[in-house]
Amino acid sequence: MWRWFHKLGSPKWFYAISGRLLPWFSVAALLLLVIGTVWALLIAPADYQQGNSYRIIYIHVPAAFLAQSGYLLMAVAGAVGLIWKMKLADVVAKSCAPIGASFTLLALITGAVWGKPTWGAWWVWDARLTSMLVLLFLYLGVVALQSAFTDRNQAARASALLALVGLVNIPIIKYSVEWWNTLHQPASLSLTQRPSMPAEMWVPLLIMVVGFYCFFAAVLMMRARVELLERERRTGWVKEIIREN
Amino acid sequence: MQFADFSEFIAMGGHGLYVWVAYGVAVLVFAFNLVTPMLKRRRFFVEQARQLRREELHASDS
Repeated sequence: MWRWFHKLGSPKWFYAISGRLLPWFSVAALLLLVIGTVWALLIAPADYQQGNSYRIIYIHVPAAFLAQSGYLLMAVAGAVGLIWKMKLADVVAKSCAPIGASFTLLALITGAVWGKPTWGAWWVWDARLTSMLVLLFLYLGVVALQSAFTDRNQAARASALLALVGLVNIPIIKYSVEWWNTLHQPASLSLTQRPSMPAEMWVPLLIMVVGFYCFFAAVLMMRARVELLERERRTGWVKEIIREN
Repeated sequence: MQFADFSEFIAMGGHGLYVWVAYGVAVLVFAFNLVTPMLKRRRFFVEQARQLRREELHASDS
C-alpha cells in the first residue's frame, strides 16, 4: 500500500501512466458526447410541460455534477498535498481549478437560459443558484491564489486551505433544494432512487454525464502533465522527453 | 427523430434561441479546456528546445 502510494506520487510514473490512459479517455469522451448530444437533441421526446427547452438539461446537469465533483477532487488533492507534501497532489489540485470554474460557469449560464422560458426569469436569488455562484467564486479564488505566489509550495498551501474551507458549500448546494423553498426542481438523477423521467429521457442524460466525466479526466490529465513537465524540467526524465520532441 | 425537417429542428418549438445558446456555450467551454493545455504544452516544448540548444552551444564553445 505504501509503496503504491509512493509510486503514485512519483511524477515520472504519473506522466507515463497518464500518457497511456489519455487516448482511452479522449476516445470514450468523444464517442459518449457525440452519441449523447444526437440523442439529446434529435431522439429524446419533448417534455410535455417544458417543450424543447428542457433539452438544456443534457448540458446543465452534467456540468453541475462535474462542477461539484471537480471541487471535491480539488479539495481532497489539496489536503493530500498539505498533509503528505505530495507534489503530484498539488499539481492535480491546481489543474482542477480552471476546469471546475469553467464547468460551474457553464452550469450557471445554461441554468439562466433554461430559467428564462421556464420560470420567466434569468436569475433568482434562491439557495441553489446562490450556492452555485459561491462555488464559482471559490474556484476563481483558488485560481487567483495559485498565481498570487512566486513560491509554488506557498501557493499550494493557501489554495488548499481555501478549497478545504469552501468544502462546506458542497452539502449546501446538494441540499439547498430540500432545505429552502426554491424554484429549482429536485434532483433528476440519483444513485438511490429510480429516475423520475422515462428511460428515453434519462438514458441519454446518463450517457452525457459519463461523457462529461471522461472529458474531465482527459483534460485534467492534459493540464497536470504540462504542469509536471514545467515543474520537473531540470530533471533527467523531462530532458529526455524534450530531446525526443 | 422528433423533428419533421431541419427548420423545425432549429426552431425547437419556439425555444431555439435558448437551446442553441446553451449548447453553444457548452462548445466554448469544451474548446477552452482542450485548447489551453495544448497551447501550454506546445509553448513548453518550443521554449525548452531553445534552451537546450543554447546550453549545447555554450558547452561546445568552452
